[in-house]
Amino acid sequence: MIVAKRKPLGEIVEMLAPYQKITVIGCRSCVAICLAGGEKEVKMLVSALKIKNRKEGRKQQIDGFVVERQCEKEWVKEVEERILDSDVTLSMACSLGAQTIGDMYPKHLTFPGLNTGMFGVPEEQGVWSEKCIGCGNCIIHTTGGICPIARCAKSMLNGPCGGSANGKCEVNLEVDCAWVAIYDRLKLQNRLDLIENFTPAKDWSTSHSGGRRIYVREDAKLSQHQKKGKEAVQ
Amino acid sequence: MAERRPKIIGFCCERHGMDSAVLAARTGKQFDASVRLVQVPCAGRVDGIHILQALEDGADAVFVLGCLEKNCYYDTGSIEARKRVEYVRQMLAEMGIEKERVEMFNAASTNAWAFPEIVAKMVEVAKKLGPIEEGERR
Repeated sequence: MIVAKRKPLGEIVEMLAPYQKITVIGCRSCVAICLAGGEKEVKMLVSALKIKNRKEGRKQQIDGFVVERQCEKEWVKEVEERILDSDVTLSMACSLGAQTIGDMYPKHLTFPGLNTGMFGVPEEQGVWSEKCIGCGNCIIHTTGGICPIARCAKSMLNGPCGGSANGKCEVNLEVDCAWVAIYDRLKLQNRLDLIENFTPAKDWSTSHSGGRRIYVREDAKLSQHQKKGKEAVQ
Repeated sequence: MAERRPKIIGFCCERHGMDSAVLAARTGKQFDASVRLVQVPCAGRVDGIHILQALEDGADAVFVLGCLEKNCYYDTGSIEARKRVEYVRQMLAEMGIEKERVEMFNAASTNAWAFPEIVAKMVEVAKKLGPIEEGERR
C-alpha cells in the first residue's frame, strides 16, 4: 500500500491561510490504514485548524469528509459539489488522490495535506516499512521474495557488499542488510544456489527515469463507441 | 466585574479516575467546581479527537484522568490514553498553542487528595493561559 505522513501543521496552516472556505478530503484506502488521512485523521485536522483559527480570531469555514478512494474519479465525482463549493481543497490522500482532484477540476485549487512516502507494509501497529519502489521489473522470485532494490541501501543486484556486518547495513546500523535476509530466506527454501548466479545490470527503462509511466490493458479499455454510451447513461 | 471562571473539561475513567473524584467529594475536600467531568468507561476510550473537540468548543484546558498505569482496570487503558494525550500536545505545539492546556493524570481510587490537586493544577494552568482566543486575553 501507499504510505504517507501528515505534513507539519504549521505548513498546512500557512498553505490555507489566504482562503475562506476550505474542504478537507480524506481517503478510506491506504492512507486510512497508515493512519495519515482516514476519517479520524481528517476530523482531528479539521478540529486542530478550527482551534488555531479560534486562537488567531481568523474566520474560515472548514469542512472535512472522506471518500472511499480518492484516486478514482467515480468516487471524487460523488462529492464534486462540495469540492467546487470551496476556495481550496486540502487532500488528505496520497499525492495520487490530490492529483486526481486536481486533474478533474483544474481551475480549482487542490493542496496536499500529506507527504506521500513509499510503497510499504504495516509491520506492526504503528510501524510501516518500505518493500518496493515500483521499478516495473520485479525479480523477487530470484531473491527469496525479498526486494533488493527497495531494501538494500545501495539497491545492489549482487550482494551483499563489503559494508554488511553482523546482518546490518553500514549505511545505518539499525537497518537489516537486505542481502543477509535474502541469503537466509534462500537457505530456508533450499535454493542457496541462486545466490551464486550473477545478475547483470538492471534495465531501468521500466522505472520512473523515462518519465510518466502509463499501463494499458487493451481488453479492459473502452472503445469510443462504449465511452459515448457510458456518457449518455450518466 | 466578576473574575472569569476557567472552562476545564476532565475525561475520567469510571474506575479509579471517577472514584477518586467521588471520594474527594465524600470526604469533604475542596476543589474548583468549574471543572466539567465526562465519565468514560476507560481512559483508553478517550481519543485525540475528543480532546481537540473540547478545545474547539471553547474549553481552556482539558485533562484525562485514568487509573495508575500498573493498576489499570483494563490493563493498558491509561498507557494508551497517555500516548494519545502526548500526540495531541504535539499537534498543539506544532500550531503554536500552549501544550500545557492538555494533561494526562493517573490516580488511585483510595487517594482522596489526588483529585483536588489535579483540579487545582489545571485551574492554575487555565487561569495563567486564559482562553485560547488571543483577543479575549487582553
